[in-house]
Amino acid sequence: MNLQEIVNRLSLDVKTPGLDLNREVTGGYVSDLLSDVMGNSSGGNIWITLQIHLNIVAVASLKGLAGIILVNNRRPDEDTLKRAVAENIPVMTSALPTFELVGRLYALGLRCR
Amino acid sequence: MINAEEGVFFLTGKDFTNAGAASSSLKGVLEKRGVPQDIIRRTAIAAFEAEMNVIIYAVAGMMKYRISNTEISVTIQDMGQGIPNIDLAMTEGYSTAPDYIREMGFGSGMGLPNIKKSTDHFVINSMVGEGTTLEFTIRLANGDKERA
Amino acid sequence: MNLAEILSILNARMLTDHVPLQKAVESAYCADLMSDVLSFSVTNSLLVTGLTNAQVIRTAEMAAIEVIIFIQGKSPDSQTIKLAEEKRIPLLVTDLSMFDTCGKLYERGLRSQFHHLNQAPIITVRAQSL
Ligand SMILES: Nc1ncnc2c1ncn2[C@@H]1O[C@H](COP(=O)(O)OP(=O)(O)OP(=O)(O)O)[C@@H](O)[C@H]1O
Ligand SMILES: [Mg+2]
Repeated sequence: MNLQEIVNRLSLDVKTPGLDLNREVTGGYVSDLLSDVMGNSSGGNIWITLQIHLNIVAVASLKGLAGIILVNNRRPDEDTLKRAVAENIPVMTSALPTFELVGRLYALGLRCR
Repeated sequence: MINAEEGVFFLTGKDFTNAGAASSSLKGVLEKRGVPQDIIRRTAIAAFEAEMNVIIYAVAGMMKYRISNTEISVTIQDMGQGIPNIDLAMTEGYSTAPDYIREMGFGSGMGLPNIKKSTDHFVINSMVGEGTTLEFTIRLANGDKERA
Repeated sequence: MNLAEILSILNARMLTDHVPLQKAVESAYCADLMSDVLSFSVTNSLLVTGLTNAQVIRTAEMAAIEVIIFIQGKSPDSQTIKLAEEKRIPLLVTDLSMFDTCGKLYERGLRSQFHHLNQAPIITVRAQSL
């Protein structure tokens, strides 16, 4: 599935201007623990989290993730967003809590492994 | 009419095995008194957040409570590093928690804001190098707002 | 949705004893950060989490969460299971990922009923620094 399509279908708010959203999403990964994402996510996954720690971008970049969706309207700070743009990691936000957002992604056909 | 009652629990920094035990006991006291569920939940949430902060950031501390017919007041006092900038500490998302604390599910910088939101009155005092004191009250008497 | 249904949808196992399978939950919440769970405090709900430490049980106790599901086959130690039994909080474990766990429960009709804690009317903040 295409990231742009996910953004449109779920009305996500894109926080990283200028990044190309035409990229393939291979599956979803849900976690608020950086070490878990480092260890268990796969390249091309979209990461759903409420963690806004600066290092989320570094983790996503190292693992080659397709992007990060922040739930519960969690707002990353400017530094995190700047870094995301520099590392080519799209960051999106949603007002929905994790359970609801994942439910909708699952309904679109996305899976985790 | 039930009499006022009070008590105290002691907290030990880094004692993760017993972290939450004081708040759990306080919750038990409130249940025994027949305090409404919603008020118990708000008190328990605030007490637990404060207790976890003592366990994570301080050396030792204590939780004192007093329940009257009109309100529950809780004071959590610790000896520890203190908070240099309280406005910053009260900001949602601000946290100085080390990585191992984050891996335990804490350190999202929501604890103090949660305490503020779940109580009717909240005071925080801190002295760098000495410690931090939190006091909060939750009203029991009529005029209680309905909350989530 | 009751526990028997949840067990079958997720192919999950029960970790705690003496749990009535007809026990039902009305709402679900998914998180690894405990303060987030506490700030969304909704009664009679189910928590899906990747953490298995004792603080998860404590958090559930404080937030009046009634059931916890652990994912990816992760079970807590026996002491933590005992604490949950004491607090009468059923613990379930599934081999599914967190993503698929939420997805399958949502597909079968479970939702998050969420409201943030309200704002307190009086706030006094006094700072003292050296
Ligand atoms: N008792 C305390 N002693 C020293 N510092 C504290 C204390 N309580 C809070 N702090 C400081 O204030 C910050 C914010 O606290 P808060 O409880 O809001 O978030 P947190 O503990 O970092 O994360 P969370 O509560 O979401 O798990 C902490 O990271 C810490 O720097
Ligand atoms: Mg805290």
